[in-house]
Formats: sequence, structure tokens, C-alpha cells
Amino acid sequence: MITNMQMVYIATPLSCLIPAIVAGLFGWKIGRAMTHTITIAGVALASLLSLIILNDVYSGGFFNGVVYVWGSSGGFPFEIGFLIDKLSAMMMVVVTLVSLMVHIYTIGYMHDDPGYQRFFSYISLFTFAMLMLVMSNNFLQLFFGWEAVGLVSYLLIGFWYDRETAIFANLKAFLVNRVGDLGFLLGIAAVFMYFGTLDYSAVFATAASKQNITMEIIPGQEWALLTVICILLFIGAMGKSAQVPLHVWLPDSMEGPTPISALIHAATMVTAGIFMVARMSPLFELSETALNVVMVIGSLTALLMALVAIVQNDIKRVVAYSTLSQLGYMTVALGASAYSAAIFHLGTHAFFKALLFLAAGSVIIAMHHEQDMRKMGGLKNWMPWTYITAVVGSLALAGIPPFSGFFSKDAIIEAVHASQLPAAGFAYIAVTAGVFITAFYAFRLLFMTFHGKPRMDEHTLRHVKESPMTVTLPLMLLAIPSLGIGAIYMEPMIFGDFFGNSIFVLPEHNVLELVGQSFEGKTGLSLLGSFIYHALHPGPLWLAVAGIVLAWFLYIERPEIPALIKQRLEWIYNILDKKYGFDEFNQFVFAQGARKVGNQLWQKGEVKVIDGFFVNGSARVVSLVSKVIRHVQSGYVYHYAFAMIIGLFLLLTFFLPVKQ
Amino acid sequence: MNFVAPDISPVIPEIFVLSMACLILVADLYLSDRFRIVSFLLAVGTLLGAAFLTLSDMGAERVYTFSNMFVDDTLSDVLKLAIYALVFVVFVYSRRYTQDRGLFRGEYFVIGLFGTVGMMVMVSASHLLTLYLGLELLALSLYTMVAFQRDSATATEAAMKYFVLGAMASGMLLYGMSMLYGVTGSLEIAVIKARVAELGVDNLILVFGLVFVVVGLAFKLGAVPFHMWVPDVYHGAATSTTLYISTAPKLAGFAILIRLLIGGLEDLSAVWQDMLIILAVLSIGIGNLIAIAQTNIKRMLAYSTIAHMGFLLLGILSATPNGYSSALFYALVYAFMSLGGFGMILMLSRKGFEAENLDDFKGLNQRSPWHAFLMLILMFSMAGIPPTVGFYAKFGVIQSLIDVGLVWLAVVAVLFAVIGAFYYLRIIKLMYFDDPETDAPVQATVDMQVLLSVNAWALILVMPWLGSIIDLCRRAIAGL
Repeated sequence: MITNMQMVYIATPLSCLIPAIVAGLFGWKIGRAMTHTITIAGVALASLLSLIILNDVYSGGFFNGVVYVWGSSGGFPFEIGFLIDKLSAMMMVVVTLVSLMVHIYTIGYMHDDPGYQRFFSYISLFTFAMLMLVMSNNFLQLFFGWEAVGLVSYLLIGFWYDRETAIFANLKAFLVNRVGDLGFLLGIAAVFMYFGTLDYSAVFATAASKQNITMEIIPGQEWALLTVICILLFIGAMGKSAQVPLHVWLPDSMEGPTPISALIHAATMVTAGIFMVARMSPLFELSETALNVVMVIGSLTALLMALVAIVQNDIKRVVAYSTLSQLGYMTVALGASAYSAAIFHLGTHAFFKALLFLAAGSVIIAMHHEQDMRKMGGLKNWMPWTYITAVVGSLALAGIPPFSGFFSKDAIIEAVHASQLPAAGFAYIAVTAGVFITAFYAFRLLFMTFHGKPRMDEHTLRHVKESPMTVTLPLMLLAIPSLGIGAIYMEPMIFGDFFGNSIFVLPEHNVLELVGQSFEGKTGLSLLGSFIYHALHPGPLWLAVAGIVLAWFLYIERPEIPALIKQRLEWIYNILDKKYGFDEFNQFVFAQGARKVGNQLWQKGEVKVIDGFFVNGSARVVSLVSKVIRHVQSGYVYHYAFAMIIGLFLLLTFFLPVKQ
Repeated sequence: MNFVAPDISPVIPEIFVLSMACLILVADLYLSDRFRIVSFLLAVGTLLGAAFLTLSDMGAERVYTFSNMFVDDTLSDVLKLAIYALVFVVFVYSRRYTQDRGLFRGEYFVIGLFGTVGMMVMVSASHLLTLYLGLELLALSLYTMVAFQRDSATATEAAMKYFVLGAMASGMLLYGMSMLYGVTGSLEIAVIKARVAELGVDNLILVFGLVFVVVGLAFKLGAVPFHMWVPDVYHGAATSTTLYISTAPKLAGFAILIRLLIGGLEDLSAVWQDMLIILAVLSIGIGNLIAIAQTNIKRMLAYSTIAHMGFLLLGILSATPNGYSSALFYALVYAFMSLGGFGMILMLSRKGFEAENLDDFKGLNQRSPWHAFLMLILMFSMAGIPPTVGFYAKFGVIQSLIDVGLVWLAVVAVLFAVIGAFYYLRIIKLMYFDDPETDAPVQATVDMQVLLSVNAWALILVMPWLGSIIDLCRRAIAGL
């Protein structure tokens, strides 16, 4: 019996898939207007249904079951199943809403692109895949969604496939994600090997009983099973969510069209890793080692990538490094067991980062696809809407109350502060310093782009104008949640019981409860009020303000200073400009090394041994034998008769004595 | 002395085909060349009629008649129907080819039908006399058909060789049969079986006779080292005749092998199993190896036939019902693959031109993609590549070998099948990757086009019914 809600669950991903197929296969026939109409209608429907689901879940709805069994092997069923709880419902709303905004924005942004229909098909397909990922109730479907969003991501990074840089970035994203996915797949395999099932609820239910199992990967080294599984799964998350050192693909992915940077490489796909770890919280909670690893990786990403953002001049790259840094914040929160803070930051970040990307895209349209901030400046006079919304996004990113980023980021910082894990000390320093740097680069971007004197050439300046409605409307719509959702949802999401059973935290790791208690006791204010009050006191808020002031000082008041600093501290600048040399290292060691090893194997192993000796050698022997024995067929009938007689006698002599 | 009229109902198809052959022989005398097509239509109609008669009498019950000399069971029905179908298609395929070469004469069809009667008798033989009668009727028809192109030196040479060697093989077979008669005192296969069971496997004369019988049968199938006639005859005869020889008679040969070795001498299986192993391994090995060195496609297919016959023997030598039925299935599949393969050569040939060299297939894809694709299916099936039915035929045989523990033999078979894949795939390479040497269009009559397309496609599209066909083979063997 299928209930109405179950119909809704099934309809949500399908309302994205069907338009994607139609647009992809018949886009050339139905035309541009029809293509964007059906895809946007599909995503709008999916958003509506997601909101219905969220509402239903909020009033106690829950679903965990199989929808369809698509195969069976050795008694093991391959299922498509949905797990609809508060976590997945929230993710669905974020994904579909941001996707809807990006769909609308694309009409304006891709207006003149010949690949218009293809683009719409891809982004609808992406939305479908992402929904399948978050709605999954088993590891297999999770992996399917995981790879499908990856696939669309590669397709879109290389969307302009006649650009060499796009193809390079595309390949890089693919290869780096292979590394992560290998870990992820091994993790899933380990789960299947030890749990015998890939169903979330069944795995989580028995996870505690596997706590003492160890496995020997390297002889003599006993490792806790759950630690191995969690770290392997986290390697997958590192690839998808671009954590150091697997982050190298994300900055390059900016080669894709800007709406994609907003949708896939900022708001949704890259957060799949965060979502996955939060979903696996019953496993991660049981391994402190894994949590420490997660926290260290996250804090490294948060700090190092924020520093790189300072020296970037490409407007999209600044936002890209900012995304990396913010993903680091979320990962730190996961490590501190503050899963709901991570998901909350994921949600707020999705909106304000999509907003910043789309604003950057709006600027890029106005500048005729010029992305260098050194050639911008003073745009606020020509582009008021873009400017205002960009200010909202930057304030949210910098973490100034009452913008949404403040609440989510401060919650993470407080949670790390309260955490008792060994890695928490380092993480606390990293994320606090990160606040200052984040505010600095966010406003550096804002000041360089919108304030000061125009630095572009005459021709461009004359043509600068505000972007069309299809571009500014999504900006405005995204500005609303960037401004508002933080204050509204902080209390229920982080300190309340919003996620209920979706997220599992051991009592001794429950840092958020600790933080909540410390606020409630101290002042007479409400929890929200005391949260802001606390931020003011020793608080990170002053660091953010200091960052903004510094940016103002360096880029508006005394614009000659940055050049001086660059001269004096050239070595630091070089390190940051080279992004710590990750790319060079990968290029030199892995790319070149792999090619050298491959060349050796090819020339020595393949060409000489396998091809030369085994394959061609045996073929040569066969053809030689063939050429020799064909001469038996002489054409003389007495030879033939002789062969028959010989055969007869051989058979006779062979069988008669034996049977005698 | 009482004369009891035998039950002629099981023999009606044979009587029908024989009378029609005689009728056509007479009628053809009064036809001018313009109306020769009438003989053709009569011959084709005869086969359809025979199929109708066999089908209408197709019961599960086994019926003996003519004092147990003739049997009508599922095996004979299945094989007869296949033989009608094969000969029918052979006649259709060869119509234009024979017209172009002045071979389109009544005798061709009459002799073809006489051969068919011979095969029908072989298939239904339950007595050494009938068995030999059918065999010789077929053999004489084949000798004549090969020699039909009497002004061609190669054809007459091939016919001579075939006749001389065939006579020798018949002699050996007869000698073997006389030994069996001497030991068991009967020519009736069922009685022989009973007597062999009493005598046991250690009887020297019995084994002596068995060797001669196996040699005679091996010659008819073309197993190494009794295969030497095959390439020369296939090559020398007109392609339409080769088409005939390479298809239906193999089924008849398979039938007498089954009737004799399994129906009569199954208790000696320990002995003939070893003999067949030798013959099978030699056939698969030599057949596949020499085929590689061929440049003439008719010769290449001749060696390929030898290799296929080796596979057929592999199925029989496992000496289990599963093995027999997989061999029967293999024989049927082989016959239809060979039909398509030689049919393709006929189609590419035209007046004054024989498409019998591998080079003639170069660039076929550019000249006619559809025909190239048909040939591709045929070659894939012969090489045993899924999803063609050729794969399942090989699979069944190898499975039955593994079931009886002859794993080494299965490995040898697979190895040589891989070597054999080379020359089948070479044709595909020539068709798709080389440039054509001529741009003459492929011309063929519509009936042939359609039939050949069905022939080739059937090798893939038969998949859904594969289970029931294999099941039919099982039942045919079970009803022995």
C-alpha cells in the first residue's frame, strides 16, 4: 500500500529526472524557452514537495523503506530505498531551493550560449542525483548518488569543452575524486564485509557490538574496525568536500559556468561529504581516532585555504577558496561531534555562498567575462542590486550578527572550544584565526569590486549595467535566507531537538549541550540573546570586525600598502600564491611519476613481455605450425588414402592390445 | 508362409519424397529451359510437403516397421525436419548461382532429393542394412553432385577423390559391420545391443569391428585423420554443391553415429570414448590450425567444419545423455551456421566471378553494410562469441565434458576455440577495416536476401526459445 506521502517521496526526484531526460534528448527539438520552462517547473515542483516533506517530518512523519529492488545477487538484494527524516528533509529543501534559484539565474547567465538546453538538462540531472543521494537509506544508493553528482560535476566543469583549461580542470577533478571514491568504496566494502548488509538502520543498530573487532591490514598492526571504516568513508568525503590534500580540484572547477560554481561547487555537491559524515554519526561517534582525524583535516583546510584566498585576484577564485575554508569549518564541527552545527552551517553557507557566487557571476556578465578584480572597482554605482546583495552575502560570510553565517559559525567555534578531544586545541586556534581572515578577504573582494575608482578600460566602463531581472531576482531571493534563517533556526537546530534521531551523539561527546547550558545559566537573557552577547565579550566577533576594518584600511584608505607588503614579505606571498605547492607536487610526483611508471611498464612489460613474448609469440608459433602442417594436404589421393590407413592401424594397435 | 504387409505409415514422408523425385525426373524431360523453374518449385514444394507429412505424424511414441528395420522416433522427426529446412534453403540459395553457371537443371534437384531420401533413411535406420542403404544413397548422390560441373577440372578431380576415398571408407564400415554381425549374429541394432551386453567389452572381435565402424563414420563426418577429402571437395565443387554437402549430410552422419554407437554399442562406450577423444582432439587442433593458413574461404570453412565436427564428437564422447543432447544441439546449430556461411559466398558471387577468396570480403562494409553485418553475426556464432547461439552450443558441449570430469579435454577445446576465433575474426577485420578491391554492388534475389537475413539473425534472435530447443534435444535423446 503506497501512502500519499510515499507518492510524494517518489515524485520529488522524478520531477527533476524526467525534465532532465526530455531536455537532454529532445532539447534540440523543443527549443530554448520550452527547455527552461519544463526544467524550472520540475525543480519548482520538487522544491514544493520538499517543503511539504519537511513540514510532514516536522510534525512527526518518518519513512524508512524499500521502494524498488532492481537486482539480486547471491541472495543480496540491490535496493532503491528512501530514508526520510529531519536530516534528509532539510537537505532536500536546501538542495531544491538553491537549485531553483540557479535554474532561474541560468536563463539570464547562459542566454547566448549554444549549449543552453544541454546545460539545463545537466543541472536538472544533478538535482535528481543529489536528491537520490540525500534520500538514500542504504550505502549502495548513496554511492550511486555520490558518483552521479560527480559525473554531472565533471560534465559541467568541462561544459565549455573547447577550452583547454576547462578540459584540464575537468580531468583533474575526475582524477582527484577517484582517489576519494576509492576510499569511499573500500569503506562501503568493509561495511558489507563485517555487517553483511548495506542498509543504514541495520548497520547502525549493530555498530556498537562491533566496537571491539579489529582487523589486520598490515600484518602485525591491529586496527579497530570502526576506525578503519570511518576513515575510509571520510577519505571519500575529503574528495567530494574538497578537504586538504584532496582539495586541489575545487579551485580549478571554476572553469565551469558560474551558476555551476554556485550550485554544485559551493552549495550542494561539495557538502555531500559533510552530509554523509553527519548521516554516519552513529559510526563516527564510536571512533575517537576518526573524529580527531576529521577535526585536524578540517581545521587545516579552514585555515590554509582562507589564507590563500587573501592573495587571489580572480573574483571567482576568491569565492572558491572561501568555499574550501568554510567546508573546513563544517568538517571541524563534525570532528567535534557537533553534527547539527555542521549541517546548520551547511544550510546557511549554501544560501550565502550561492548568493556570493551568483553576485560574482552578475559582475562577470557586466564586465564582459573579465574576472580579474584588479580591473574592476566602483561598480556599486552601476549595479545597486548586485552590490546590496553582495554586501549581505559578505556580512554573512564574515560572521556579523544578525546575518546567518554568524550563528552557524560561532556555534562551531564554541563547540570546538568545548570539545575534549586532543585535536580540539589546535582546531580552536585555527577556526578563530580563520574568522579574522575570512572577514578580511570577504571585504577585500567587496571593496576591490564595488568601491574605489573604476579601473577597467573605457570601452568596458561604458557598457557596465545592472544585470537583467532573471539574474537579480535569484540574488534577492537568496539574500533573504542569508539574512534571516540564522536567527530563526539556530535555537531549534543546534541546541534544540530538531534533528531528533537522525543524528546520534554519545553523551560524553555532546559539546553542543554543554555550550547551550553554559549560556542559559549565565545571563538573564534568552539563549539567542546570550549567544550574541557572548560573541561580543572575548569573542570572535571583534576579530571579524577587525578583519573588515583592515580590509577597508588597506584597499580603500591606503591602497598603496598591499603592494608594499607584497614586496616586503615576498616569500610568504609566493607560498600563498603557489597555494603551498600542492598542484606542483601532484603534477610532479603523481602525474609525472605515474606516467613514468606507466611508460616503463608499457615499454618493458607490455610491449616486450606480454605483447612480444606471450601474445605475438604464441600467435607466431601457431601460424608457423599452421604453415607447416598445411603441406600434409598434398592433393594426391594416395596420400589421403595412406593417411586413412595409418589412422586405422593406429586405432587398431592402440586399442586391441589394451583390451586383450 | 504368411506375408504380413508392413505398416507403411511411418515411411510415408520417404515414399513421398522418393516418388516426387521420380516425378520431377520425368517431368523435367518435357520442360524447356525457360520453364526449368517448375522443377525448382516442385522440388521446393516436395520438401514443404514432406515437412507437413512428418509434422502431422509427429507423436511421442516410438514406432518400428519393416521388421524393425526402420524406426520413427523423436530424434528422427527432429532431424528430418531440420534436413527438410536445410535442403529447402540450400535450393533457394543456389537458384541464381546455378542459373548463372548453367547448372540450373532438373537433375540437380532430383539428385538433391534422392540425397534427401538417403538422409531420411539414415536418420530412421534401426538396422545395419537400412543404415548402409541410406548412407550409400546419400553418398552416390553427393559424388554426382560434386561432379555435376563436368567441364570443370577441379570439380571432376574433387569428385574422383571423394569417390575413391568414400568407397574405401564404405568398405571399412561394411567390414566393421560384418564383424559385428559375426559376433552378435544379427544386423538389427537393438539385438546387437542385447548381445553386446552379454558379451562384455573384452571381446576382441567386437572391438576390432568397432574400430572399423568408427573409422567409417569418422570419414563421413570428416574427422581427422579421415578428413583429407573435405577441403578438396569443398573447394573443388561448385559452391552450391558445397553448401549442400556441408549442411544436411552432417546431421545424417550424426544420426548414424548416434544410432550405432549409442543405440547399439553403448556398452562399449569405455572403448569408443578413448577413440573419439583421439579423433576429436586431432580434429579440433588440426582443423583450427590449418584454417588459419588458408586464403580461400571455402577451404577455410572446410577446415572450420573439421574443427566443428571435433566439437560434436566431444559431446558424444562424454557418454552421458546430457552430452548426446548437447552434441545434437551442436550439430543443428552448426548446420545452420554453415548454411549461412556458404550462403554468403553464394550471394557475393556473380556471373563469371567466384567470391571464394578472403580478399573478396575486403571492405564489404563499405559496399553493403547489411550483408557485412550478417556475415559478422555468422562469424561470431562460428567462433562461439555470445550472445550468438554458437556460444551456447560450445558451452553445452564443454559443460558436459566437465560434468564427467574430462576437464583437461575441456581446456584443450577452449584453447583451440580461441585459436580458431582468429580466422573468423580476420574476416570481420577484412570486412570492416580494409578497403574494397571492387565496387561492384552486391546483387541477389529478394528471396535469398530475406532468407539469408533470417538465417543469420536467427542465430541471435532464437535466444528466447533456446531453452525449449535444448529441451527438445533432450527429449529426442531420451526417446532413443
